[in-house]
Formats: sequence, structure tokens, C-alpha cells
Amino acid sequence: MSFPLLTTTAVVPALGAIATAAVPAARRTAAKWLAFLFSLATLGLAAAVLIRFDPDGARYQLTESHAWIADFGVRYELGADGIGAVMIALTALLIPFIIGAGWNDADPAPGEEEETENKRWRPTQGFFALILAVEAMVIISFAATDVFVFYIFFEAMLIPMYFLIGGFGDRAHAAGEAEGAKQRSYAAVKFLLYNLVGGLIMLAAVIGLFAVTSDQLGEGTFSLQEIARARASGELDIATSTERLLFLGFFFAFAVKAPLWPLHTWLPNAMGESTAPVAVLITAVVDKVGTFAMLRFCLGLFPGASDWATPVVIALALVSIVYGALLAVGQRDIKRLIAYASISHFGFIVLGVFAMTSQGQGGATLYMVFHGISTAALMLVAGFLISRRGSRLIADYGGVQKVAPVLAGTFLVGGLATLSLPGLAPFISEFLVLVGTYSRYPAAGIVATAGIVLAALYVLLLYQRTMTGPVKDEQVRRLPDLRVRELAVVAPLIALLVFLGVFPKPLTEMVDPAVEHTLSDVQKKDPKPQHPTAEQGWFDYKPAAPAEHGGGEHE
Amino acid sequence: MNPVNYVYLAALLFTIGAAGVLLRRNAIVVFMCIELMLNAANLTLVAFSRMHGNLDGQIMAFFVMVVAAAEVVVGLAIIVMLYRSRHSASVDDASLMKL
Amino acid sequence: MESLIGLLVGAPLLGAAVLLCGGRRLDRAGHWLASVLAGASFVLGAVLFFDMLGKDGEHRALHSHLYSWVPVEGFQADVAFQLDQLSMTFVLLITGVGTLIHIYSIGYMEHDERRRRFFGFLNLFLAAMLLLVLADNFLLLYVGWEGVGLASYLLIGFWQHKPSAAAAAKKAFLVNRVGDAGLAIAIFLMFTTFGTFAFAPVLSSATDASEGKLTAIGLMLLLAACGKSAQVPLQSWLGDAMEGPTPVSALIHAATMVTAGVYLITRSGAIFNAAPDAQTAVVVVGAVTLIFGAIVGCAKDDIKKALAGSTMSQIGYMILAAGLGPIGYAFAIMHLVTHGFFKAGLFLGAGSVMHGMNDEVDMRKYGGLRKYMPVTFVTFGLGYLAIIGFPGLSGFFSKDQIIEAAFAKGGTQGWILGTVALIGAAITAYYMTRVMVLTFFGEKRWEPDENGNEPHPHESPSVMTIPMIVLAFGSVFAGGLFKAGDSFVHWLEPVTQHSHGDSPVSAATVTTGTVVALLLGVGAAWLQYGRRPVPRTAPRGSLLTRAARRDLLQDDVNHAAFVTGGSYLTRSLVYVDHKLVDGLVNGTAATFGGLSGRLRRLQNGFARSYAVSMFGGAAVLIAATLLMRAV
Repeated sequence: MSFPLLTTTAVVPALGAIATAAVPAARRTAAKWLAFLFSLATLGLAAAVLIRFDPDGARYQLTESHAWIADFGVRYELGADGIGAVMIALTALLIPFIIGAGWNDADPAPGEEEETENKRWRPTQGFFALILAVEAMVIISFAATDVFVFYIFFEAMLIPMYFLIGGFGDRAHAAGEAEGAKQRSYAAVKFLLYNLVGGLIMLAAVIGLFAVTSDQLGEGTFSLQEIARARASGELDIATSTERLLFLGFFFAFAVKAPLWPLHTWLPNAMGESTAPVAVLITAVVDKVGTFAMLRFCLGLFPGASDWATPVVIALALVSIVYGALLAVGQRDIKRLIAYASISHFGFIVLGVFAMTSQGQGGATLYMVFHGISTAALMLVAGFLISRRGSRLIADYGGVQKVAPVLAGTFLVGGLATLSLPGLAPFISEFLVLVGTYSRYPAAGIVATAGIVLAALYVLLLYQRTMTGPVKDEQVRRLPDLRVRELAVVAPLIALLVFLGVFPKPLTEMVDPAVEHTLSDVQKKDPKPQHPTAEQGWFDYKPAAPAEHGGGEHE
Repeated sequence: MNPVNYVYLAALLFTIGAAGVLLRRNAIVVFMCIELMLNAANLTLVAFSRMHGNLDGQIMAFFVMVVAAAEVVVGLAIIVMLYRSRHSASVDDASLMKL
Repeated sequence: MESLIGLLVGAPLLGAAVLLCGGRRLDRAGHWLASVLAGASFVLGAVLFFDMLGKDGEHRALHSHLYSWVPVEGFQADVAFQLDQLSMTFVLLITGVGTLIHIYSIGYMEHDERRRRFFGFLNLFLAAMLLLVLADNFLLLYVGWEGVGLASYLLIGFWQHKPSAAAAAKKAFLVNRVGDAGLAIAIFLMFTTFGTFAFAPVLSSATDASEGKLTAIGLMLLLAACGKSAQVPLQSWLGDAMEGPTPVSALIHAATMVTAGVYLITRSGAIFNAAPDAQTAVVVVGAVTLIFGAIVGCAKDDIKKALAGSTMSQIGYMILAAGLGPIGYAFAIMHLVTHGFFKAGLFLGAGSVMHGMNDEVDMRKYGGLRKYMPVTFVTFGLGYLAIIGFPGLSGFFSKDQIIEAAFAKGGTQGWILGTVALIGAAITAYYMTRVMVLTFFGEKRWEPDENGNEPHPHESPSVMTIPMIVLAFGSVFAGGLFKAGDSFVHWLEPVTQHSHGDSPVSAATVTTGTVVALLLGVGAAWLQYGRRPVPRTAPRGSLLTRAARRDLLQDDVNHAAFVTGGSYLTRSLVYVDHKLVDGLVNGTAATFGGLSGRLRRLQNGFARSYAVSMFGGAAVLIAATLLMRAV
């Protein structure tokens, strides 16, 4: 039995959560540093996962398997494929930045300092402990190869997230303190209800899956590998209608989480009302579990049904792309705008997953990573801006670049990454998704391409209205530029966006074999080009040779 | 005598008990009516036991009697406590179980 | 030698990175660093050029594969460069003119506190444009393509504190993005058709594909070219782009950006050659824009906007030539290069005039400036003569060739195109003479502004005039140099597969026609503006003039079609999202809430009512059991 690296990666933040929560009320700063160090340790472990992972090796690596609830065939099974390993790395990477950006978000307001001194209630400690708890659960979800284990952590994530959304909002709310608290709790409840409904339906499907496997295999199992093996050997043959129902049960939960139109409306509320770091946690980390699970569970468990549902899913993804982008254009609130932009981007991810081509799915996986980083950059800078002025409304800003050029510059880079500018990482993933979609569904590819024009519109409108023009008023004039801590949070993210945009090979190498496995699950092959060009060396090309050109007459 | 007649009697007793439970307000009377219903059930058990010639029903009747006795103890205690605190034995006065 | 190609792009890119990340420390030396790096790129380009000249025509192309960029199953994108004669021409133009503009900007932007950033953006612009012309596959070209868009966005909106500049920058980027989407779709099409999007395999096997596919690819490439090169219907950003500092306009119009569309079409020649319908679309776009830009140029009183109209029109010539196929590619590029010289000179001259006139741009408030700014007058005048095609100067040779090639297209099409090109030449002569006369001749028409500051026109410092003089030399001699022994055509031949068309009109006739058109245009302008005093405020003008002042209603059309409709759409969607999608969910919640409120009333606390429901329930159950048994 080798060292349980995946479990350790998840246990460390969990321990960190407990340790952070246990720090005495008065030692707030110690709690922050403790949480930060634990998140760094997790990042180190995640790096070890990436290093230990051999892209050319078996599909699932670093596997762990222990009996858990023997009566129901539940095993504690973990294992990382290329996609899971990359997603674990993304999660571990973003959490330190989230903690760093939220460093002062959960401090008591200046006036409340004495009041909270001797209370047992420790919001700061709680904030960071909850973030670490979410991290632990997300990592387990990405690593689980047992449907039941996945389900438990998929659902348990909701609890800390509920408190993070409902308990910690922006200090100053446009609609006043009381109204702010009301909207916050509305957003938190909405988030919880949506995801619970999705989760319950999934639970039914999970039980259904158990019933089917125990019926056909004699012994129920939730193990992904076991089910795949049984299907391959013909022992397991799920009836078409059952498979479709089970698929829908799983897909519904993931579509809520992802979120896919028309199940998206919880996201703008949740992202709008929570603080910027929590908003990043939602959209860049937690939501990714949904799209990741579509790839691993929907496609892996129910290939036939996935194929059956593809036209509808593609249509929904297209609606998400265009609809999210159009709504982003119409928003008056910076955070809600980014939330709708994310909905548009999730549309791209789902599109890529269900395009069922290596480019589409590889692109979708990269998209998950790059969208996480780019949205984190944009949202965190937006959060810094909002915390300065105490307003989320776009109309309250104007001319910020004049007073805070570095803030404006980083905001622009984040925005450009969001609109998938070539040279920055998201371009690669978006282009791959589009190419992959186009090669199987040309019409869908063209509609989705409209999304890149709309993305430019909402990003540049946001930049134009907040950053350019004359300085809006005295309050804007006094805005300070980015502080060292804030720059330390944003600069590495931007550097990463540039680096991965120029040299994404390390990631594509990880992801590519995993995507091939997924494609073989659903028994799909890439469409072949109609007129494949002969294998040709670069130096063989001689434009001068008239024989190669039909049109050019040489005189 | 035809044992079916005992069943008819039990039904009559049960109906009287049920009507008492539903119509009377005095907690003691309601309680007595509940006892009446229990005993109607006992009578049925015994009657059927006799009709089918096995003793299971009679054994059940003993069980019911024991449970009824226990219930009387608890129930009367509650009624007494209610009376002490509210100076009334009317069940309608004790409508505390709503939200 | 191959390894130097990467440095061509790397030098300005390094400059951009250093200047933009370096902070205030570099404020004092940044502009020199940027200029030196741009110059270094030019020197590198020259070295490679002479190396290339030393080789045989067929073996001149260099290739440099840096690394594998996006390796995904079935999808190979590499960072690899290809330097052939076409790319070489562009490299020299971009770095040469670019360096001159850098030097000029040192003087022009001297008093701007954000000069360091300006130079960083200029370097970024050069790097992106060089990447565009050096890429060996369409995806890398796409990176440069959008990089140019980004750099133009940053530079057009450089004076961000002006809302108009910020809006113009956004507009430029957005309109370009529409074109970019076209290029993206073209790449998808290539990928599904050929399984690759590298130049070599795609272009060499273009004829294998069906004509329908090729036409689709061609049309999408044309859309992309329209966006970048400001061709109808995506031309509207170019006029607004004048919000940027004048050197930026020179850079956009002469060396970078707008030339990218011509490059793309020429580069993809093999595809267009096999798709005649796409070619027809290209020439139509070119011809329409040619006239469109010329008309707009006639009506503008803003010197930069008049020049912008002229750029649109001149690029129209190039697109028209590129659409003619192998008979036109070389001339399109030749005109592009000569245009690069004289248009850069004209813009820098205009900048010099504005520099001396307190940033006044209205030509009706200039007049008689030749006495105050002799160097600017001479260099601008040479650029003027070149652009109208004065015999012997650069523009004459290149434009004359295009007109000839247009006639050589053959058939009715040839006649129409040739005539349009001739008319365009006449209008060009008209509006450029107008610019020249209004600015440098006549009486002085400037007055003190409301603060009582009267402009004191003066010659610009030598850091600004020297680039103008260099460009003036180019405007005069480049054309003749290229024409001598058809050296330019031969140079490009391995790439463009040049062929001579049979013109129904003899070369001499075309030349005569061109000269006649030129004289007509100049004469008309002189009659209107040279002989009579020019009113300081523009007369109302005819319907056409008024429409042309509004850019032939391009913005009104866009506004009506996209802005109004779009904002209505987004607003109604926001409403729908809130009321309908969200409302549906909230409505469900409210229904359950209301229902449970009703149900709660049943819990009235009366023990006897609970007992009734118990009895009722028991009775129903028993009845149901009995009923079931009966059935």
C-alpha cells in the first residue's frame, strides 16, 4: 500500500479548517496566517500529485481503495486521472489567493472591535476555516472514483458555502445595511435550495444505479472502475430507458451546479452578495465540480444516454453562452456582470464536454482551469475596487485609471483574459472548444463564435464605464491604488495567465490522455477532415511549384 | 348464543366511545370513552378468539388491558396536572398544540 | 539565420514588457529604449533581407520552428515562423516606418506624462504586427491579428480621460472582433477540411477541397480582412480611431493594422484563386470601399479624418488588386508599401501641423501655413503628390498598375472595376488637393480661442522633422525603384505566382487616363478652394456632402441596426431573466409557501379535531380496504 497522497491532500486543508477554527478569538492574525500556511501546504501536496502523475500511465493513478459501507457496496475509492489531477491542482492553487485576497474581509468593522473582544463568536476564524473546509471537500470530489463518496462530498460542500455566502458580505451595501443582510440571506438560501434540489434528484439516481448494479451484478457497487469493467465485459447492460433516467438525474444536479441555463439564476445572486473571494470560490472552484462531474460521471457511467441527450445539452449550452453574455452587457452591478459572464463561459465548457471530440473535451478541461484563473484575476481586482468605494454599481465609478493606474491595468488584463484574448490562457481553451464543436456541429460552432464578440462587448463596456473618462467624483479621486498585498495576489495570477497562454503544453500533456479515455468511454471518434493533407515536412512546401496550385498560371 | 352478537355489541360500544371522544369536552369523560373503545376492541378480540377456537386473541386482550392500565396512569396524571395549572378539565381549553 | 526570426518579434515584445511592467523608474529613458528596440528589429530585418537577396529566388524562404504550442489529439498548433519574400516586405515596412514613428513620437509626446506607456504600447503594436506577418500558420497569425487589435485599442484610447477616445477604442476593438470571428470560423473550416491550419499544407492542397468549402473559407477570410482593414461594411471604426495621438494614426494607417487584411488575402491567395466567387466578393468590397472612403474624405474638415477617409480608399485599391488574383497580388503589396511611405509622411505632417497649431484639427482654421512650417510643407507636399499619383512619384507607379490590372480582369467586370478605379483616382486627387490647399495655401484663418490664446504656428523640432524627411524620400523614390525592371513583382513572384493579364486597354491609355483623372481632380479642387476664400465655418453643403460628413451614415446605420436593437434586447432579457426565469422559481417557492400557510391552519390545537381527522382517516382507509376486497 503506497502513501495515500490524494487523501492527504484533502485531509491537510480539513485539519487546517479545524485548527483555524480553534484559534482564540483575539488572535485573528494568527488564524489568517495559519489558514494561509495550510493552503500552501495543500498546494505543495497538489504539486506532488501533478508530479507523481504519469500522463502515459494508467487511466486512474494514485488510487486508494478501502471498504467503507460493505452492505451497500460503498468503497472509499480515490484516484486521479489527468483531468482530476489538473482540477485538484487548480483548486489548491486558487485557495491561497482567495485567502490572501480576503485577508481583511472578515475582520470586524472598525466600530465593533471592542464588542467582539470577549465573545465566543469568531467570524474571522470561521471565514478562513470554512474556505479550507470547502477546499477539502472539493479535492475529495475531484478525486473520488466511487459515486457514493463523490455524492457525499458534492452535497456536503453546500454547508460551508451556505455560511460563506450568507455570513460574509460586502461591508457597505448599496441598499443599506438591513436590506443588504436580507438580500444576502436570500442569496444564500437560493443557492442552498437550488443545489439541494439538484442533489436530491441525484441521490435518487445514485440509489437507482445501486439497484441496477445489484440487480445485474449480484452485488451492488458504486465504483466507477468496477462499473466500467462490468460494462466492458458485458456483465452489466443497463436498459436504455433506465440509463436515460439515471443520466438525467445526475445531469440535473451537475447542470444546477455548473450552472446551465435555465438553472442559472442562483449564481448572480450568490456571486453578487458574497465577498469577491467567496465569489471566486463559487465560480472558479465549486462550480467546476459540476462540469467536471459531467465529464467523469455522466459520460463515464451513461455513454449511451449522453449521446442521446447531446442535442438538447448543446442547445442549452448555446443558450447559456449567448444569453449569459447578453445579460452581462445589461448589468449595472460589477459582480453580477462577472457572474453572467461566468454563465456564458460555463456554456462553453458544457459545449466542449458534449461536443465529444478530443479538442472539445480537452478544451473544456483547459477551460475549467483557465476560467478559474482568469475569473479569479478579474473578480479579485473588482473586489479590491468595490471595497475601496463601497459600491458595486458600475455607475458609481468612472475615470479610475487616472487615479489608480495599476488597479486599472490589472483589471484590464483580467478583462482581456475573460474575453479570451490570444496570448492569454483562456484563448487556447476557448478556441479548442470552438474547433472541437465546429468539427462535429458546425452550426453550433458558429453560434458559439458569436459569444466571443459579445464577450468583447461586455468586458470593454465595463472597462470603459468604470476606468476611463473623467474622474467621476471626489470619492473616486481619493481611491488608492493597489496595495502590496493586493498586487501580490493579482500579479502571480496574471503571470500564470500569460505563461499558460504562451506555453500550455504541460497541461495539455496531462489532459490529453484522460480525454482520450473519456472519448473511448462514449465510443466516439473525432470526425476526420474531408481532405486530409498528406504528412508533409515544413521544408517540403514550395509555393513556387506551379503543379501544386491549380489556379496560378506561371509565365 | 351466536358469538357474532358479541361483535355487534363491541361495535356498538366502540361507536359510543368514539362519539364520546369526539363530542365531550371534559377530559375525564373523554378518557373514559377511550377506555370504552379499548374494551370494545378487547371484546372483539375475545369474541373472534372464541369463534376461531385459538387463544391468540385472548392473549392479545390481556396485553391490551396491561397497556390500558399503564395509559390510565399516565393519562390521569396529565389530566390532573392540566387541571391544576388551568383549573379546568376541558380539552378545548388546552389547545396548545398549534403553532 | 532562422534563429534571428524569433528575435524580430522578440525585440519589440521585450520592450513592451519592460516598459509596461517597469514602473516609473523608466519614465526618463523608456522612449529611447523603445525606439532602439524598434530600430534593432529593423536592423535585424535588413540583415535577413540581404541574406535573402544572396540566395536563389526559390530558396529564399526561411522557417523557424520554436516549439509546439497547443498539442491536443488531432490538433497541432505550433509557434513557428516563416519568412518568405512577402513576409520580408512587411517586416521591412513595419519595422522601418515603425521606427521612424517611434522617433517622431519622442518629440510629439514629449509633454505627455504617460509617455512611457505610450511607447510600451507602440512596441506591443510592432510585436503583434510582426507576429502576424511572420506566423507560419493561421492560428499564430490569429494571435498577432488580435494582438494588433489590442494594441490599437490601447493606443486609440490612450487619452482615456476623454470619453470620446475611450468610446472610439472600444468601437475599434469590437468591430475588429467581428472580423476576428470571421477569421476564427475560417480556421475552423480549414481544420475540418484539411485537418490542419498551417500555411504550407493548407495552401498547397487547397485545390483538393470542394469549391463551396473554399468559397466559404474565402468569404470568412474576407470578413476578417474587412474588420482589420476597415473595408465596407466594417469600416466604421477607422474614422473614430483618429481620437488616438497622431503618431498612432500614422502607425495604424501606414505600417500596421489596416495592411493586415491585404496581407491575409494575399497570403491565402491559393484559396482565393480556387474560389472565384470569393474573389468577386473581394473586388466588390474593394471597389465599394474605394469610392466610399474617397467620398468621405472629400467632406471632412478635420485634417486627420480626411486622411482617414483617404486611407480607407487606398486600402480599397489594395483589396481590389488582391481580389484580382495572381495578376494583382504583387501590385496590391506594392501599393501597400508605397502607401506606407506617403501615408505615414502625411500623418506625421498632419501631426506636425497640429503640434504647431495648439492641436487644432479643423482645416478651415488653418491656411497659409507653408510660410510658417517649410519642412512640413515640403514633406507633406511630396506625400501629397505621391498619393494623388503624380507621374514619377511612388503612388503613380503603384496605382497605375492596379488600374491596369483591374482592366485586365477582363469582361464587363474588368471595365467596371477599371472605371471605378479611375474615378477613385480623380476623387483622390480632389480631396488631397483640398487638404493641401486648405492647410498650406490661402490666407491665414486662425483666430484666438476663447481664452485669447492665438496659435503661433512654428516648425516642429528636428526629432519630428527628420522622420518626415526620410518618409518623403520614400514617397518619391520607392515606386520608381520597385517599377524599374519590375523588380518588385519578380521579388514577390515565388509567393504570388504573378501572371500578366491581357488588358483590353493598352498600358499607355491607362496611364493617360490616370493622368487625366488626376488633372480633373486637382483642377476641381483648385477651382473650389484655391481661387476663392474659404469660409471659416463649413457651408451647409449638398445632401451628399452632409451625408459624407457623417461618414455616409455608417454610424447611423450601425446605431439603428445594432446599438438600439441590442440595448433593447439586453434590457428586455434582463427583465425576462429577473421576472420570468427567476420569477418561475420564486413563484414555485411562493406557491409552496402559500400552500403550507393554508395547511397550517388545520393544526388548530383542538384535540378533538385531531381525533376527528384520525377517525376520518381510519374510516377512509377501512372503506378503501373493503372496497378493494370487493373488487
